[in-house]
Amino acid sequence: MDLSLSPDERAFQTEVSDWLRHNLDPALADKVRRGQRLTKADMEGWHRTLNGRGWLAPHWPKEYGGTGWSPIQRHIFEEECCRAYAPRVVPFGLSMLAPVLIKYGSEAQKKTWLPRILDGSDWWCQGYSEPGAGSDLASLKMRAVREGDHYILNGQKTWTTLGQYANMIFCLVRTSNEGKPQQGISFLMVDMTTPGVEVRPILLLEGTHEVNDVFFTDVRVPVENLVGEENKGWTYAKYLLTYERTNIAGIGFSMVALEELKQIAADQHRAGRPLAQDPLFAARMARAEIALNNARIANLHILWNAAQGAGNDSGNGASVGVESSMLKIKGTEIRQQIDALKRQALGAYAAPFQPEAFEPGYNGPTLGPDYAAPVARQYFNNRKISIFGGSNEIQKNIISKMMLGL
Amino acid sequence: MLADTLTRFVAQDYPLDARLAAGAGVPGYAPEKWRALADLGVHGALFDPRDGGYGGAGFDLMVVFEAVGRGLIVEPLLASAVLAGGALAQAADPKTKSGQKEHLAGLVSGEKQATLAHFEANDGWDPTHIETTARKTDGGWVLNGKKSVVRAAESADFLICSARSSGVPGDKDGLSLFLLEMDGPKDGVTLQSSQTIDGGRVSDITLGDVTLPETALIGRAGQAWAPLQSVLGRGVMCLSAEAVGLMDVIRDMTLEYLRTRKQFGQPIGRFQALQHRMATLVLEIEQARAAVINAAAALSGDTTDGIATARALSAAKYTVAEVGTLVAEEAVQMHGGMGMTWEYPLGHYVKRLIMIGHEMGDGDYHLSRYIRLGEAT
Ligand SMILES: Cc1cc2nc3c(=O)[nH]c(=O)nc-3n(C[C@H](O)[C@H](O)[C@H](O)COP(=O)(O)OP(=O)(O)OC[C@H]3O[C@@H](n4cnc5c(N)ncnc54)[C@H](O)[C@@H]3O)c2cc1C
Repeated sequence: MDLSLSPDERAFQTEVSDWLRHNLDPALADKVRRGQRLTKADMEGWHRTLNGRGWLAPHWPKEYGGTGWSPIQRHIFEEECCRAYAPRVVPFGLSMLAPVLIKYGSEAQKKTWLPRILDGSDWWCQGYSEPGAGSDLASLKMRAVREGDHYILNGQKTWTTLGQYANMIFCLVRTSNEGKPQQGISFLMVDMTTPGVEVRPILLLEGTHEVNDVFFTDVRVPVENLVGEENKGWTYAKYLLTYERTNIAGIGFSMVALEELKQIAADQHRAGRPLAQDPLFAARMARAEIALNNARIANLHILWNAAQGAGNDSGNGASVGVESSMLKIKGTEIRQQIDALKRQALGAYAAPFQPEAFEPGYNGPTLGPDYAAPVARQYFNNRKISIFGGSNEIQKNIISKMMLGL
Repeated sequence: MLADTLTRFVAQDYPLDARLAAGAGVPGYAPEKWRALADLGVHGALFDPRDGGYGGAGFDLMVVFEAVGRGLIVEPLLASAVLAGGALAQAADPKTKSGQKEHLAGLVSGEKQATLAHFEANDGWDPTHIETTARKTDGGWVLNGKKSVVRAAESADFLICSARSSGVPGDKDGLSLFLLEMDGPKDGVTLQSSQTIDGGRVSDITLGDVTLPETALIGRAGQAWAPLQSVLGRGVMCLSAEAVGLMDVIRDMTLEYLRTRKQFGQPIGRFQALQHRMATLVLEIEQARAAVINAAAALSGDTTDGIATARALSAAKYTVAEVGTLVAEEAVQMHGGMGMTWEYPLGHYVKRLIMIGHEMGDGDYHLSRYIRLGEAT
């Protein structure tokens, strides 16, 4: 694997960063940088801008609207977007459902849903987890009973991220109680405006509304919204999760966070000298940097190998199977480590908490340096990344079983 | 005994919802709970009999603040009784400052609330690195400078404020303490205030040519380091004990969750991957408790060996920072999504435990201080 960028790749990097400079609204980037809450319109706007350029779905096969980029190019693109403080593209339709439809959906489903994902007509959310089915996802209970041309849904999904904005939800549902629990699961696409769907907010520990409970009472779903075969949903669900995990690793976000950390440590003074020169803190930062660099290369290596692998299914080698578990564990640990260091670096100024400062348009004063406001909140909020997408413990179980044969 | 009373008070009269609402509002705590705590005698337990209290030793602080942690009590006992009250008690000259004696009595009884305005943005937790200045004038003093992230300042009846009357930042000599009445707007004193992520309110206090009468000086000019050092040490003691109280609650909640939450047809506590981690938490919490007991003993014993006491205090604060972070992060992780929610109480204890590392020195500061003090012996 050659790690240095080729002239073509460097040119590509310049093209991306130029384009971002001209097309990413500075006010929007500023919101991202300051950790302010993005409105639905903010997220939809960025989605549209990327789609307008044809860069929304780099991981899709070209025929459906992908870019045909190499893994290295995709990696460059992601890093440049992070560096420019572009909003994170909402992944549920684009990076979770779409790969499943492309691999397992009917022609009619691809024709109907993929263009709507691209143009932003639908906002998807993910209905996997239930109160009793988290790590043990296969124990899910939400029932779907076939009645003529419809399934009738009853049950509850939970932790549904950004469900408050969504009009569509893909759900794992139980269509059979025969055999192993994995064997009776189906994958359904549900219109959330159907009568009987109710969304209720769950607040996270730092007070943000990101996730929801979604209740289903006699919700009628047309059978053509079944993806693949009835009772085969577990296969599709697992395939989707490898995408989700790779996405969570978020190396690009950690790179930006590390730069922010360095700036904070240069700016914060401890009894007359910059914190960056404190030997204990400098050692902590160096460890994080080394770990991040290692993970970045390991990440590239895995993507590169996947791309070389014959018969990679989406044509772009996006699916990396069990290795996605490794990427997820390392990526999330490093991100959390950097978030903790940013918090530590602020000293007493980590404590002030002004919810109004995270609201769009807030330009009032905040207590402490202007970079301080979102830091503690981000630290607490990002404890989630080692929990969702399959907790890091579950990832280790997967590695032990699938990779190590233990 | 007092600890049991406090625990019962929290269980019966101070539900978590009320605490969260008070912590997020103004003045950042519940004044009626403040009075109730005073009636229970909590304030008095933090003062030496010499100063009108009935406690005040290291173990008294430990017992009360473990209970403060367990109860997630947001009322500013540390800021008012231990820090401001301690500074008044230790620095004031009892013969000459009759007015200051009344102030002290108000803090012991809980009728008044004060706070210590000492730390500054660039001090890096070094309590001698004070840049705020106090200039002597004919009739008194003029203060200039800025104090950072002072807890419970908006609601304070008065501030105990440190300033440098001579020397340069880093000098022990030349620090002085002043009493600023806050009974109304005060010329030159500006507060910028905010709630905190763990509950309660803080302020940055800007002092611009604040004129004070001669009587505002507490004790002797330039001689405040000895009382300050003692008071800040007691503050470190309280925070460390509070951390242990929080950890006890977090441990119990997590253990209960491991026993009751079922996945894969069994309690998640049956998975060895989690058993070992829970075991680690339990044994580390006992190490943290030991560090706090050691610090309390050092404070309670004969205080001739100041360096040994200071090292024991830094060892405790360092230990609770390390163990506290581990306990907080592991507890959330082992709860899965549930630990991330506002509604489930765990997160509120976790936030407070983490934020204790942002008061009066983080783990790295106290580790360095421990090393430095060791070299000095
Ligand atoms: C902020 C946030 C957003 C989310 N968004 C979504 C979403 O949009 N859609 C969706 O469907 N879900 C979402 N989730 C749910 C997420 O996927 C689950 O929280 C996760 O799968 C863990 O399940 P749980 O919370 O029920 O924890 P549990 O499964 O109860 O786990 C509790 C603890 O036990 C451990 N554990 C469980 N089993 C084992 C084992 N066999 N061995 C060792 N340790 C084990 C876990 O690792 C964890 O530490 C989200 C969660 C959060 C916190």
